[in-house]
Amino acid sequence: MSRSEDQSSGLNAPTIVEVQPNVARQITTPNKVSLRDRPKAEKLLSVQGLSTHFFTPDGVVQAVDEVSFELGYGETLGLVGESGCGKSVTALSIARLVPNPPGRIIAGEITFDGIDVLRLGHDDMRQLRGKEIGFIFQDPLTSLNPTLTIGYQIGESIRQHMKLPQKAAYDRVVELLSKVGIPRAKDRLNDYPHQFSGGMRQRVMIAIALSCDPKLLLADEPTTALDVTIQAQILELIQTLSQEFHTAVLLITHDLGIAAGMCDRVNVMYAGRIVETGTVDELFETPRMPYAWGLLDSLPRLDDVRGDRLRTIEGLPPLLINPPNACRFEPRCRFSRDICREREPDLTPRGHELHQARCWATEPDGWIA
Amino acid sequence: MATQGTAIPAVAQPRTSAGLWSDAFGRLRKNRLAIVGLALVLLLLFVGLFGPLLAPFDYARQDLAAIAAGGGGPLSPGQFGHLLGTDQLGRDLFSRLLDGARISVSVAFVVQLVILMIGVPIGALAGWFGGRLDNILMRFTDIIYAFPDLLFIIILTVVFRETFFGRAMDGLLIVFVAIGLTSWVTVARLVRGQLLALKETEFVEAARAIGVPNRKIVTRHLLPNGIGPIIVAVTLGIPGAILAESTLAYIGIGVQPPRASWGSLIAEGQKWVRAEPHLVLFPAIAIAVALISFTFLGDGLRDALDPKLKGKQ
Amino acid sequence: MTTALSESRDAPGREGQGLIEVDDLKVHFPVRSGIFQTQIGTVKAVDGITFQIRKGETLGLVGESGCGKSTTGRALIRLREPTAGTVRFDGVDLGSLKSGPLRRMRRRMQIIFQDPYGSLDPRMTVGSIIAEPIDTHNLAKGAERRERIQDLLRIVGLDPKYVSRYPHEFSGGQRQRIGVARALAVEPEFIVCDEPISALDVSIQAQVLNLLTDLRQQLGLTYLFIAHDLSVVKHISDRVAVMYLGKIVEVGPPEIMYARPGHPYTRALLSAVPVPDPVSERRRKRVVLQGDVPSPVNPPAGCRFHTRCWLYDKLGQPEECRTVDPPLYTLAGDHQAACHFAQKSLESDVGVAHIDHVPVRRGTPEAALASIRPQDGGVDAAEHLVAIENTSLAEAAHPPGDGSAGGHGNGTPQN
Repeated sequence: MSRSEDQSSGLNAPTIVEVQPNVARQITTPNKVSLRDRPKAEKLLSVQGLSTHFFTPDGVVQAVDEVSFELGYGETLGLVGESGCGKSVTALSIARLVPNPPGRIIAGEITFDGIDVLRLGHDDMRQLRGKEIGFIFQDPLTSLNPTLTIGYQIGESIRQHMKLPQKAAYDRVVELLSKVGIPRAKDRLNDYPHQFSGGMRQRVMIAIALSCDPKLLLADEPTTALDVTIQAQILELIQTLSQEFHTAVLLITHDLGIAAGMCDRVNVMYAGRIVETGTVDELFETPRMPYAWGLLDSLPRLDDVRGDRLRTIEGLPPLLINPPNACRFEPRCRFSRDICREREPDLTPRGHELHQARCWATEPDGWIA
Repeated sequence: MATQGTAIPAVAQPRTSAGLWSDAFGRLRKNRLAIVGLALVLLLLFVGLFGPLLAPFDYARQDLAAIAAGGGGPLSPGQFGHLLGTDQLGRDLFSRLLDGARISVSVAFVVQLVILMIGVPIGALAGWFGGRLDNILMRFTDIIYAFPDLLFIIILTVVFRETFFGRAMDGLLIVFVAIGLTSWVTVARLVRGQLLALKETEFVEAARAIGVPNRKIVTRHLLPNGIGPIIVAVTLGIPGAILAESTLAYIGIGVQPPRASWGSLIAEGQKWVRAEPHLVLFPAIAIAVALISFTFLGDGLRDALDPKLKGKQ
Repeated sequence: MTTALSESRDAPGREGQGLIEVDDLKVHFPVRSGIFQTQIGTVKAVDGITFQIRKGETLGLVGESGCGKSTTGRALIRLREPTAGTVRFDGVDLGSLKSGPLRRMRRRMQIIFQDPYGSLDPRMTVGSIIAEPIDTHNLAKGAERRERIQDLLRIVGLDPKYVSRYPHEFSGGQRQRIGVARALAVEPEFIVCDEPISALDVSIQAQVLNLLTDLRQQLGLTYLFIAHDLSVVKHISDRVAVMYLGKIVEVGPPEIMYARPGHPYTRALLSAVPVPDPVSERRRKRVVLQGDVPSPVNPPAGCRFHTRCWLYDKLGQPEECRTVDPPLYTLAGDHQAACHFAQKSLESDVGVAHIDHVPVRRGTPEAALASIRPQDGGVDAAEHLVAIENTSLAEAAHPPGDGSAGGHGNGTPQN
């Protein structure tokens, strides 16, 4: 989750912060909007200018900084980047699950199925999370309650949000378990999480996530802890189910191979910003940002002709406290020039309207063109 | 040619440290309760060591003249130059409290010493060798743990009361040993747990892969890494020992009169609690302060030495 | 690097002899239960493997969790006691050595661990961590010792002035470098690399991988490279061995083995690895294994893989697979597979077909530049790269695929 991104548990107000006025308050204003206020929307999810900051004793960590993107109904969007880039925090922000303190959404608009999420009341938000957004987290061991049977845990969501009678709920749980590929589902309803293997537990998580027929599946590194053959099973499952139920998927991963295989569109994040966005083909065939080049270039790949040296991105990702107004990737970029240190580039189109990159060099009038 | 890797710890990790012990001490200093505890502990130590020099009177001296002048009963605080008053025999309460402090300090250290001498080897053997030896030792530990401590201590002290052993140090030695014999279980389990956990760490494996001999692994790797919780356990075990000794003294076991353990002071002063409450009040306060000070210090040490806070970025 | 390998092959007198020779190695762990800790079963973590590692070679060892690869690595340097079988290092049976000679032997073989956070003693400074092997073997004293420590830090790419810092002040990648420096301190000939980059960030992985390859070349090292990532292993290894449930199921040079795997499990493994190329991903024919890995306490009879084997099903569940544990059949030269029907597996195209092997990697600056101005051709595009300071792009020693070779490998049309 986001633990790697906040420096320490900040218990007090920030000490050395240049806090802009009105920002220290959470901008969500609960109870201004309810689940029933739902104008017809073109896109399932629209995120505009989202900024989530963590207020720690060491300073304000700008984990997510003015992130904007859209996700269509039934589409699979990948949020790709290394640890600390802000992808997990973005997903948590959408579901308003950012731990507060020390994290706060300080700016932005999130529209889910037409609803202004940030102005939803707390109860309505819980309802939204349970019924319309499903979650799959990285570690199925800690995401499941070890003292409850999995039948109970899957059924919990159904009982809460779908208000089905006992028998109907039971049938649905059994149906879900078989759908996610757990053999002899009826017998395993009364088993506890520790009686399942890692892959099986992840399937249970998927069952819970899909139990109420959500419109959006938030999958945060769902297969990182799994063996590669099990990973293939789980990814295939997610893909099949999301196609079958027309569920949109927001897939967070650091593995570009997974993104290539699963996603329709990809957002590459670095240091809290989106630095490139486009269809999966655009990104892998014609990336237009040196970080993306560097990432793709530095991976050992199965389709390589065996070489001796990988080209690397030197250095380390930047601290997210008080970032300067410059390209955040500049210190590690071999194509940088003065302008990169003076002003941060905007996300601008590259050829196609929806393929955008944040780089001075690859702009139409830049020096790599 | 050298590779292109760059070391930029300053950029990635804004915190540098002067060493793990100084880091821990720094954390301790920030914890105000712990500092209060530390100050009180140091005060107690000082008083315990230099008690007799500080006492205005000898703790056994009976100021019968003052008693007679005061009307026959114990003197209230401030009368006739007795700072905290006297008991019914004219013995200065303050001086007796100082003697009690000596006793408590001795309890603190001797008992913990006994605990360490028994608990550490047992825990270490169990943890290091594991297997059957571990099993046997731990079952033995379980038996000791199940033993009714107070009963055992009482029996022990009563049985040996007339022997040399029982009379040593005014009856205190037997008490110390008895308390120690029943309290080592926690430390043993802790040491065993630490060793078991540390044994499996990769840096110990690395040391074995290098060829470091076992005893060096213990002194160089296991001890420095494992000692934190043990220090905390010892510190937090002291209040229990002091209380145990006071309880025993209260019921008349252990310290022999005219030595003045705080517990026995309370027992003596009970009769006068209505008329001269100071005889019970001050020893009780002394016990409470001693307990609290070690507890604060121990809690502070635990937080300061907590591995989760050891700067893992 | 090719030269080091051919050198070792030409070395006289050791024809057929490896630096490391493993013969029917078994490592079993007892499962105990009850108040008297009686043994109720055995975890057969490593259950009879035989292989060699030649001097200067890098043998990759891959497999999923529970296959026994980490245990094998440790058994090779006698960090774990084998239950049966022998491990010979340069002809010497490691199991027969007493503690003194064993300690001296440890100078020649070292290990790098997976976890950058757990493998360094948090209470010791970087300098003392690196000094420990030097001191244990009395390799240097005084000024020479200090210099050695600094040199080691420099070799792995760390500034020597950080010698008095503590591990927690460094990042994961830097800690791994410290671990490498520690391993190198005794000047070993053989290093077991136990998943050395798995725990690191993607962009740091490449840095450390490069470090290991460079060191191998400069110092003539022999590696056992354990990993679960098949692409990484392919990159660094001369031969790769695949393990499943405690046995080696296939071994061979990766170019050959990955293109035409002889064992159905290898095929399944390869087909499960995601490739960062959406075109390949769409076109691949995957084989997805069903179910979970069986428990190493109770491996299936006969061929251990037959319970999940797609080939077994396809061939109508032949009895041989259920009853006879296949040995490593030689397929060609160095390529061996433990499957009764390895030929059939070779002929199949399941799992690995339709992955384009491209001389110029997609997504590289060259490819990207070429795609921006295709009318100019890739060569001229290089002129537009004015601000290149980093020499790794321009090194003459190892030019990765020539950027001018037409840009994209398979000419995917783009809009």
